[in-house]
This record gives sequence, C-alpha cells and structure tokens, in this order.
Amino acid sequence: MSINIPSVTLSNIGPLITLSVIGLVLLLVDAFSGKAGRKSAFAQITLVGLIIAAAQTLAIWSRTGQDFSGMIYLDSFAFFFYMVFIVATALCVLLSKSYLEEYGKNTGEYYALMVFATVGMMIMAAGSNLVMLFLGLEVLSIPIYILAGLFREDIKSNEAALKYLLLGAFSSAFLLFGMAMLYGGTGTLALDGLAKALAGDGKNALTYLGMGLLVVGFGFKVSSVPFHMWTPDVYEGAPTSITAFMSVGVKAAAFAAFVRVFFHVFPTIKMEWTMLIWVLAVATMTVGNVVALAQTNIKRMLAYSSIAHAGYIMVGLVAANKLAGVGIMYYLLSYTLMNIGAFAVIILVSRKKDAYLSIYDYSGLGFQYPGLAAAMSVFLFGLVGMPPTAGFIGKFYIFSSAVEAGYIWLVIIGVMNSLISVYYYLRVTVLMYMRPSEADLGPVKVSPAMATAIVITAAGVLYLGIFPGGIYNLAMNSMKIFASL
Amino acid sequence: MSLPILSILIFLPLVGVVLIMMLDRENQWVIKGTAMAFALVEFLVSLPLWFGFDSTTAAMQFVERYEWLPQYGISYLIGLDGISLLLVMLTTFITPICVLACWEDVRDKVKEFMICLLFLEVGMIGVFVSLDLFLFYIFWEVMLIPMYLLIGVWGNPARRIYAAVKFFIFTMFGSLLMLVAILVLYFYNHQVTGTYTFDLLKLYSVKVPFNMQIWMFAAFALAFAIKVPMFPVHTWLPDAHTEAPTVGSVILAAVLLKMGTYGFLRFNMPLFPEAAWFFVPLFCILAIIGIIYGALVSLVQVDLKRLVAFSSVSHLGFVMLGLFTFTFAGVQGGIIQMINHGLSTGALFLIVGMIYERRHTRMIAEFGGLSKVMPVFAVFFMIVTLSSIGLPSLNGFVGEFLILLGTFQVNKVYAAFAASGVIFAAAYMLWMFQRVMFGVVTNEKNQKLKDLSTREIVVLVPVVLFIIWIGVYPSTFLDKTKASTENFVSLMQKAKATQTALVDVKGDQR
Repeated sequence: MSINIPSVTLSNIGPLITLSVIGLVLLLVDAFSGKAGRKSAFAQITLVGLIIAAAQTLAIWSRTGQDFSGMIYLDSFAFFFYMVFIVATALCVLLSKSYLEEYGKNTGEYYALMVFATVGMMIMAAGSNLVMLFLGLEVLSIPIYILAGLFREDIKSNEAALKYLLLGAFSSAFLLFGMAMLYGGTGTLALDGLAKALAGDGKNALTYLGMGLLVVGFGFKVSSVPFHMWTPDVYEGAPTSITAFMSVGVKAAAFAAFVRVFFHVFPTIKMEWTMLIWVLAVATMTVGNVVALAQTNIKRMLAYSSIAHAGYIMVGLVAANKLAGVGIMYYLLSYTLMNIGAFAVIILVSRKKDAYLSIYDYSGLGFQYPGLAAAMSVFLFGLVGMPPTAGFIGKFYIFSSAVEAGYIWLVIIGVMNSLISVYYYLRVTVLMYMRPSEADLGPVKVSPAMATAIVITAAGVLYLGIFPGGIYNLAMNSMKIFASL
Repeated sequence: MSLPILSILIFLPLVGVVLIMMLDRENQWVIKGTAMAFALVEFLVSLPLWFGFDSTTAAMQFVERYEWLPQYGISYLIGLDGISLLLVMLTTFITPICVLACWEDVRDKVKEFMICLLFLEVGMIGVFVSLDLFLFYIFWEVMLIPMYLLIGVWGNPARRIYAAVKFFIFTMFGSLLMLVAILVLYFYNHQVTGTYTFDLLKLYSVKVPFNMQIWMFAAFALAFAIKVPMFPVHTWLPDAHTEAPTVGSVILAAVLLKMGTYGFLRFNMPLFPEAAWFFVPLFCILAIIGIIYGALVSLVQVDLKRLVAFSSVSHLGFVMLGLFTFTFAGVQGGIIQMINHGLSTGALFLIVGMIYERRHTRMIAEFGGLSKVMPVFAVFFMIVTLSSIGLPSLNGFVGEFLILLGTFQVNKVYAAFAASGVIFAAAYMLWMFQRVMFGVVTNEKNQKLKDLSTREIVVLVPVVLFIIWIGVYPSTFLDKTKASTENFVSLMQKAKATQTALVDVKGDQR
C-alpha cells in the first residue's frame, strides 16, 4: 500500500504555524517559570509572534490559488483579514497586561488562548472548504468561551462564559446542519465546487435550506438580530480586554467567512438571500441602536452599538457588489481600530478592577484628562461616522455600494440609524466635556502599553479617515476573487 | 497661479489649533494672542482674494485641484466665485472680531475655546470653497463638532446641553439625507457619462430626470433648509442662539446660517434646476411665513437674545425669498442680504453680549434708560438696530429693497406680504430699543453701568463701518457677485423653459 503525501508548501500557512507555535511556547514558559519571574514577558512574546506572523503574511501577499488539497485559499482577501486579526490581537495584547495584573490573571494561558483564537480566525478567513470554516469557527470559539470566563470569581464573567458557550454551541450546530444540507444538495463541501454546482443544476430545496441555516449560524457570530441575545450579557460580563477582542476579532472573522461564502458560492441565488439579509440588516441596525439609547453601562452600550455596526456591515452584504466587499473590509478594519481604542479608554477610566463602568463616570473627564477624552471623542465620532474619521469612510463605502445596487431605502434606513446612534455616542462626549465630575474617582493610571494602544488606534482612525486610498486599492484588488459579482 | 491662497486659508487656522494645543493653559494671554494673531493673519491672507478677484467672469477662480481618491472620483477641488468670495471674506472678517470680543468674556477653558474657534474657521472656509461634493460634505460635517462644543461647553448653564444636542441632531438629520442624495447623483452621473466623479462643475452638466430631481432636490433642500433655518425646521435656532456664548451666537448668525442659503445657491438650484422651479411656490410661501412668523414671535420675546434669534428667522426668510425669485435683482439682493444679516445680526449679538457681561441678564424688563448711562453704547446700538430694520443708507435697506424688487417682478402678492415683514421688523426692533435704551433708569442696578471699553469699541467699529459702506455704496460688493449672479440667473431661466416644456408635454399627453 502506498500513501500519497500531497505536496504542500508550509510557508503558505506560515502565519498560522507561527502563531500556533507561539501559543505553545507561551504555555511552556508558563509551566516552567516560577511564581513571578518571567511571567511578565508573556505579552512581549505574543507581540513578537504577531510581528513575525505579520511579516510572513506580507511575504506571501502576492500568492494566489489554493493549497493543502484545496482546503486553504491563498488570496489577498484572506491576507487582508490576517492583517486585521493580527492588528486586533496585538492591540488587545497591549490592553491586557496592566488590566490583567490588577486581577492577578496575567497568565500564559490567557495569551496562548488569544493566539489560538487568532489562528481560528485566520482559518475562517482562508478556508476554502466548509469543513475548514467550521474548524476555524471552533478553534476560534473555544478559546473565547474560556477567556470570557477568565474571572471565575466574578459571577458576571461566569454568566458570560456559560451563555456564550451554550448559544455558541447552538449556533455551531445550525452552521453544521446547514453545511450538511448543502452537501446533501450538491455532493460537495468545497466552496469552488459548491459555486459550480449552484451555477448549474444544484439549486434545490436542500441547498436553499442549507443557505438559510448558514445565515443563522453566521448571524449568531456577527450578533445579528434576532440572534443577538447573547451579546449584551457576554460583552458586559467578559473581561474588558476580551470584550474588545470579541467585538472586533470574532466579528471580523465571521464576516470574512460570511462574505466569502455568500459572494463566492451563492451569487447565482442572490435574489433569495439578499431579501433575507435586507430584513436582518434593518432589524439589526434598528434594534441595536434603539436599545443602546437606554444603556448606562458603557460596556453594554458598546455591545448594542456593536450589534448596530453588524447591521451596517450587513447592508454591504445586501448590496453584494465589489464596492460592497471593499466597504465591508474597510469597515471592519476601521471598526477594529475605533472599538479597541474605545475599550482601551474604558479600561483606563474604570480604574481598579472595573470599578467605574457607568457612563456617568465619564463626567468631567474632558478637562481632567484632555488627551484621554480627546482620544475617546475621536473613537466615538468615528463610531458615529463623522468625517474625518475612518468610521465615516467605512460607512460611506458601504452606503454607496448599496446605492449603486439600488437599495436606496435601505440606505435611508441606515443613515437614519446613524442619526439615532448620534444620540448615545454624543451623550458620552456631553458628559466628558459639559458636565462637572460628580465625585473624585481617583487618578487614571496610564501604562506605556495602554498609551501606545490609544495613540495607534486614534492615529489610525484619523489616518484612514483622511487618506482612504491605500486600503481601498488593497481591498479592491482582493475583490478579483469574486468574479461573478 | 502661484500661491495656493485658498488652501492656505483652509489650513492656516489648523496650524493655529496645533500651536495652541502645545501652549500652557495657565498662560491665557499668550493663548488669546496666538489665536488673535492667526485670525488676523488669516484675514490678511484673504485680502489678495478680494483684490485679485476678476469680477468680469462667472468662472471659478483660484482653483486648486489635487487627486485625493482618484479611484472614486474624489478630488481636493477648491475654487471661488463672486458668491463664495463675499462669504469667505465675511468669515475671515468676523473671526478676528470674535476673538477680540471674547477676550474678557471667556475666562474658563480659554485654550479649548480658542481651539474650537479656529477649528470652526477651517470648516467654514472649507464649506464655502469646496467644489467637490465629497469634500464639501466633509467640511460641512466637521464644522458641527466645534460648534457643538462651543454651545455645550461655554453656553448658558441651564439649557446648553439641550441646545447643543438639538443643534447637532437637527443638522445631522438633514445632512445624512443629503449624503444619500449625493450618492444617488454620483451613481446616476456614472450611469449617464460612465465616469465616477464628485466634481461639482461636471455634475452641473448632468441632466437628471425630473422625477428623480424632485427627490434629490428635497433631500438637499432639507439639509440646507435646516441650516438656514426655514420656517418649519427652524426650532433648533432659537435654542442654539440663546444658549450659545456670545461669540458662538455671532458666528452662528454671521456665517453658519449662510451655509444653508449658500448651499441652495451653489448646490441645490444649479444641480436640480427644473425641480427648483417646481418648488418655487412652496419655498416662497415658507420664506414668507418665516418672515412674518419670525417677526411676530420676536415681538413677544422678553429675552433680548431670543428676540435677535427670531429676527434671524425673519431675515433669512428674506434671503430665501430673494434667491427663489431667480431674477437678477432678487438673487443679488439675497446675496447681499446674507452679508448684511451677518454684519447686523452679528453686531446685535455682540451688543447683547456686552450688556449681558455687565448685568448678567438679558431680560428686556430689567433694562430701561440705558442711553443716559451708556451714551457711546447707545450710538452703536442705534446704528445696528436701524441697519437691521432696513433704514435707507444702511446696509439692510439695500438687500431688502433688491429682494422686494425681484419678488415684485415675479409675484406681486408675495412682495406685498414680504414687505409687511419690514414693517414688523421696525416694530419689534424699535420697541425693543425703546424699552431698553430710552426713558428713565428704573432699575437701580443700571445706574452705574460702565460705558463701552476701548476694546469693545474696536470690536464694533469695523462692523459698523461696513454696515454704512454697504448702505451707501453697495456697488463695491454687488459688482463682485454680478457675473456669478448673471450666470446663475440665466441658467435658471433656461431651466424654466425646459420645465415649462416638460409640463406642456405632460399636458398634451393627457
């Protein structure tokens, strides 16, 4: 018996290998170091690993095609998202260290799990087979379940972990079921094969059902209404650094897969799913924004805002043209920067052990800590979608793609939702600048890592808002893979 | 062209902002001085525009174009015609006056105040010179943030937050719908011509079908009408004006409201001319309602600042009426009236601010007989009041006369109703003036009020100078806009022909 070993090029998954190895190294360092000692180096090790992974991604940027027997796509769409994930993870690592030290949780497994989750995200962005997508989803989700419950003494953190686990498992089942239906309908799990089958005679009840179940599965992960119920509780209960990570990384990964599958596999049955997602997008934007109006806990407010942002991105899915793809990529990148920046400020303002998470704790911040408040304003105005921030350009791309596709009412609903969102984002700036502080909450301690994260994100939000051309070109180039759009 | 004057104008205040950010907040004199220096230099830089401007042509001048996002057809395209020239000059003229006016009024957070003020100037100049719709939209939105902060942080403690948020949300509401219309226009242009562009001058030549024009005109008009503000969407204005700090009100009245009328003139009407004709009756009637309603409401105000605020609604009604006549006289009058309103109402807010500084109240009933205590003040107040009423030989008369002349040519009934607004204006302004300034000093607290300081006189003199100049010899200003106005009017009259044809065709089909 002879075994055929397919020829593979390991460098094609270089970033994934590096990050997996770094994860293991972190665990080993943790295991073999004393009580204190080298423990402070976890964050640095992780960052080094991420930088290497980023370099590897850049090195393979121009590669195309597939590898590992048609399991992994090599294209700049995937690589773009690799970079988004790496940036998101690196920024969250910067946020984590001092925050975790307060809780005595600056442990190796935290960083290892984060890195493993990043690998999962990358698999989701690059997977060319439904099995790979599922695998990526699980590799991504399981570390996050654990991380959400990191503060196991805290009942809210426990709740977050359990809720996310149960609902996550539920959504995985939906996704898997959908994949099974698609397999039943077409006889293949490869995305290319599915696309071919759907272009031909593969349109039958099973494929439609499968497509619908995929929407449900992805809908859970991007926290689209009506599958959003877990989001506020999980975002509120999880450690803030992990909330930041979830809100950008997991969302970006889920959207990467969502876009890849729907733009690549299902364009021939566009009519069927655009109507479905149209409804979901409207519901998601509206529910997210309206409920956010009533929140006073800032983490919860940003949780609902994150639901709303998923809705804006889904407007791009409905538009389903090349510009929409560009818009979604741009939006996810800018959302990553804005949201992580905002969460960095939240960690700082909450001071010791998340003591101050109410929006009223931001009163008077504007003139006590002008730099911090100015940065927060940049993030908030970015989330509103005001020029000259990246948030505006992202919304501009997405809404213009929808206008191009003829969904003018959807865009009108979208901009009116932005208007609603103005109110609750603005409320934080009102408190920061126009109200005196209510009580002395003690000093805000800014560690160098935190300062770096805030400066990078704020500068990034402004840079992408003023010079949107570079990323546009990158994203537009990567749209080549969706030839049928 | 050698020097990119317009770009310098846009970015010079930004340099000031950065510089002030680096200054020590304790050193208030240095901060104020720096802001003043930048505002003055900005004014000096804008002077070459005035003298170098070629008033024989309607073409855009001082044009600068740099590719910004060429893939998307977005460029940094700025330029100037007669209409924007006047407004840019008004902006650079008012800003140093504002800095000087708040020299002593603002004691708290001076650094941030000056940063907001200079940042606001960036946005204002940007709006008036942008010839690319995307660029215009960016400046239009950017300018919201500093104004919002000016009202919300330094406003009247009682209701400033309400006013600031209301201002922000109202404006945002209109501009978001305008954004949708901009996008629709952009993609329609691509459909017709095959090119992607936000270049206003190119978009002018796109013939949008009438039924699409209606919707797009409505979306743009909503954004601009809120800013103007026209009658049913004016409700943010009295609050914003009343709660804002003096300088905030001045800039709001003098420049920000003009963005609305300017928007109609630059974007709304030329882009969708047939729809503009279709909407003439609606907008003329709304403008007249604004004129009369604003005047009547002013009549019953007990708060000086609120009175001036409502008088703005009335004055801006005149401007809108003038623009919507699409006659040479009406449009010229509308443009000059924009400047007049900027000067007169700006000055009125400055004057109200000066009384407020002394007495910390703006209630008309608290005053009386001030002319005896403050004679110099009384002179300035009188001139400005008369200019606001429209007394011949002062600026208000020129604008209102031309507007009424234009209106009379197209519709005598409109003209008759609008003219009644002038009478009401005389009523509420003079009655207010009488109650505040004449008679005996009834309130003890007013006995010992100090007359104007030298600084305050320096603030008012330039404004009064221009009030008289425009009143006596308006040609200096009207000549600058003549070519642009002629061009605009001929464009609109051409559109009228096609619109009539369009309606006739419809009639024939029936």
